Amino acid sequence: MIRFILLQNRQGKTRLAKYYVPLEESEKHKVEYEFRTHKVIYRRYAGLFFSLCVDITDNELAYLECIHLFVEILDHFFSNVCELDLVFNFHKVYLILDEFILAGELQETSKRAIIERMGELEKQE
Amino acid sequence: MNPFSSGTRLRDMIRAIRACKTAAEERAVVRKECAAIRAAISENDQDYRHRNLAKLMFIHMLGYPTHFGQMECLKLIASADFPEKRIGYLGLMLLLDERQEVLMLVTNSLKQDLNHSNQFIVGLALCALGNICSAEMARDLAPEVERLLQSRDPNIKKKAALCSIRIIRKVPDLAENFMGPAAGLLKEKHHGVLIAGVQLCTDLCKASTEALQYLRKNCTDGSIRILRDVSNSPYAPEYDISGITDPFLHIRVLKLMRMLGQGDADASEYMNDILAQVATKTESNKNAGNAILYECVETIMGIEATSGLRVLAINILGRFLSNRDNNIRYVALNMLMKAFTVDPQAVQRHRSTILECVKDSDASIRKRALELVYLLVNETNVQPLTKELIDYLEVSEQEFKEDLTAKICSIIEKYSPDKLWYIDQMLKVLSEAGNYVKDDVWHALIVVVSNASDLQGYTVRSLYRALQSSPEQESLVRVAVWCIGEYGEMLVNNVGVLDGEGPITVTESDAVDVVEAALRHHSSDITTRAMSLISLLKLSSRFPPTTERIREIITHEKSSLLLELQQRSIEFHAIIQKHQNIKSSLLERMPVLDESTYVRKKVGSSDAAFSADKTGQRVSSGTPVSIPNGVAKQQAAPLVDLLDLSSDDVPVASSSATDFLNDLLGVDLPSQSSSGVVSTGTTDLLMDLLSIGTSPAQNDLLSPDNHTSSVATSGKIPSVSSPPSVKGVALETKSPHASGPSPVLDLLDGLSDMSFSAENPTFPSITAFQSNSLKITFTFTKQPGKPQVTQIKASFTNMSSNTYTDFLFQAAVPKFVQLHLDPASSNILPASGNGSITQTLSVTNTQLGQKALAMRIRIAYKVNNQDMLEQGQVNNFPQGL
Repeated sequence: MIRFILLQNRQGKTRLAKYYVPLEESEKHKVEYEFRTHKVIYRRYAGLFFSLCVDITDNELAYLECIHLFVEILDHFFSNVCELDLVFNFHKVYLILDEFILAGELQETSKRAIIERMGELEKQE
Repeated sequence: MNPFSSGTRLRDMIRAIRACKTAAEERAVVRKECAAIRAAISENDQDYRHRNLAKLMFIHMLGYPTHFGQMECLKLIASADFPEKRIGYLGLMLLLDERQEVLMLVTNSLKQDLNHSNQFIVGLALCALGNICSAEMARDLAPEVERLLQSRDPNIKKKAALCSIRIIRKVPDLAENFMGPAAGLLKEKHHGVLIAGVQLCTDLCKASTEALQYLRKNCTDGSIRILRDVSNSPYAPEYDISGITDPFLHIRVLKLMRMLGQGDADASEYMNDILAQVATKTESNKNAGNAILYECVETIMGIEATSGLRVLAINILGRFLSNRDNNIRYVALNMLMKAFTVDPQAVQRHRSTILECVKDSDASIRKRALELVYLLVNETNVQPLTKELIDYLEVSEQEFKEDLTAKICSIIEKYSPDKLWYIDQMLKVLSEAGNYVKDDVWHALIVVVSNASDLQGYTVRSLYRALQSSPEQESLVRVAVWCIGEYGEMLVNNVGVLDGEGPITVTESDAVDVVEAALRHHSSDITTRAMSLISLLKLSSRFPPTTERIREIITHEKSSLLLELQQRSIEFHAIIQKHQNIKSSLLERMPVLDESTYVRKKVGSSDAAFSADKTGQRVSSGTPVSIPNGVAKQQAAPLVDLLDLSSDDVPVASSSATDFLNDLLGVDLPSQSSSGVVSTGTTDLLMDLLSIGTSPAQNDLLSPDNHTSSVATSGKIPSVSSPPSVKGVALETKSPHASGPSPVLDLLDGLSDMSFSAENPTFPSITAFQSNSLKITFTFTKQPGKPQVTQIKASFTNMSSNTYTDFLFQAAVPKFVQLHLDPASSNILPASGNGSITQTLSVTNTQLGQKALAMRIRIAYKVNNQDMLEQGQVNNFPQGL
């Protein structure tokens, strides 16, 4: 189960943070490294660190793939995404994330399906 | 237009914030914006709610407090307009979490939205519910979610499934409701629904055993079928990742299979084939493939797999170990540690690969590999493994050396086949990394050396050689210096040469040279120098011709600025100069250090509770009484205690006597005084306790109010025969009851020669004790047929004009006598002999006829709220008792 997702740039500024388990306000602004009950898996894409905090029993390699899929989706949606896109369209990024992961578990594994869905949602606006 | 009014577009605000150069500027901008938003909220401005909330979310992401926006979220959610609803839910998920009470207010809106006709709105509601619902909300809305699981729309279905996961996590009782629908989900075709369904089933298994059994019965086939379909499926561009179709589904199903197969042989049997197929077919050149293989291995290890399958799994892990990717190696090592408990043989086969990993460039891999190697060591492979590890020690990095050294030493200690090998390996480690070796390790080495008399010559020569090559390893220097001091003559005279040992000629002055070098070396610390001094002293006794030279060296240290060294050198100089007559006996070979005591000392000293607190922790049931001795004595390395030449026996006896006497009399003796007792070894503690002499310990005994508890408790005193068998005598029983410790025996020796007279059934009564304030009389009776047992009736009379309260009588007898005290008649003694207290004692003289009865007594009482204490010795027992 995913506990939280964090996107940070090299200066440590958080670009995206989604928590599936409640955490104290103060904790949210620190990075947690408790190794007893969960572990952090991260991948770096250019200047951004995508971090996932998962249970200790989870398959790390699978989550690495998960991060990569998310990045691909973002790339497709924003057409060659860059950090600025994420900053100015943060609410859209959250929406994508909500289509991808729910309740700390994977919701949809097809890139196409998610992009389609986003299109439909946009039409509703 | 005011750039900070509600009219600002989100984009512009973000730009404005990013344009700030300093944190203070940013704070100012944010503050203004927040003020504008607050104003808009209170005015209930409808037009820009959407935009304002978006801005608020951004501000929240920056880290500023945004509580005032929470109610706004609720209002937006209640709106009929889709965009507003959407941003409302988004804000809800971002600004609130399940612990806020405000969340409860949303329940009604959620309920309505879950029943909405617009699928997208239902989706929004499910999403919000799934991410942050609390337990109460979960309970309230569970029926709605259940209904939605049956919906036709795959989007709703999968969202409902994942939402159910959260509900089950929050309220495990509801698991049964979801069992049926969950099983049904596994028959779906849509991957999204499938993966959600699989995850739901997995969580159900975790939540309740009933669900687990239900699913095991109904879903095992289904999950196997899913796995088979997805792994055999042709190329599907939608789900393809690195050539594998939907690896996520693979992995999730494998996890479900693990849960279903765990502990159940039947289910596991079904799974064998498909697992074997996946394990062999999956390509492992890409991360996705490796992820699947990893999960497969985990599953195989988790269920009741056949041994063939297990071996297959471990081979996969072995392959992982040679993979170039650090992540994969790390993951494999982790798994191997877990696999070791299941199948140690198979893991042993990969020993060499694992050894390679110890030398890896990545620090965390090295650590893991080292731990794994430690698990793998056993008697058969310890020798080559140790050799490899020691070789690596030479080239390893500094931070790693400490870990590595500790592990190597531990391996050597646990698995050494014989002493010679142990000594050899320890010497190698010390030469290589002596500075990282912990103290108890080289202490242990010395204990072993002192026990292995045939290897002492070899050891000291090897140490000499080692010292030539690596003089900067502190522990090595210490051990070498000690050995040279002890076994100097073996070094010089080539005693006990082993086969294959190279020849070496060392003269006496060479030996002294080496020790002097250690003393003078700039990096030697105080312990090393102190040890060198002693060593020199020993050498001066072993090699008399060098005495003069050694005396000069020691004289030089007399002016040292370090107190320890100065003191030692002055004392040693005095020994050499003035006390030649006792020097040789003083410096005899150290007694063999007992290995088992040493081990207990290690245990005892590591148990911090024991060391200082003698009374509180008197648990001693069954543990040998020598443990406290070990701790009290071992303040420094046992080697440094030159003058303690006495064997361990005497201190043990007196300190054990000390300890239980302390207990019996409920006295808190500070540990310093007891270790003081131990070191001198001749102090009669009982003497102190009963204060016949004037001892400072007496003041400790008069601790006022603890001991005024009633004497009546003496009823439950167990009888005691000899010191070691005292087991946890309760502190509440203040009445004493000692069986004679040896010191008492020593002092009472003079009384022991009493001639044995014929058995005389009647004995005169005696005045046991008399003072200005108290008189005690003993009358004796013996039962026929039990000549060793005597009943003594003690009667106490108050000679003063004040009443005594809290009257307490205690007695101590020599070791060969057993004493039993009955409760006294009362503990208040009226004044001027207007009444008396009587108490019966029963004594058993096990050496009747050879030794006479003797007793020391102690009386404590309170007069005018002052504590008084009287003590005495009863010497005038009639003969024949």
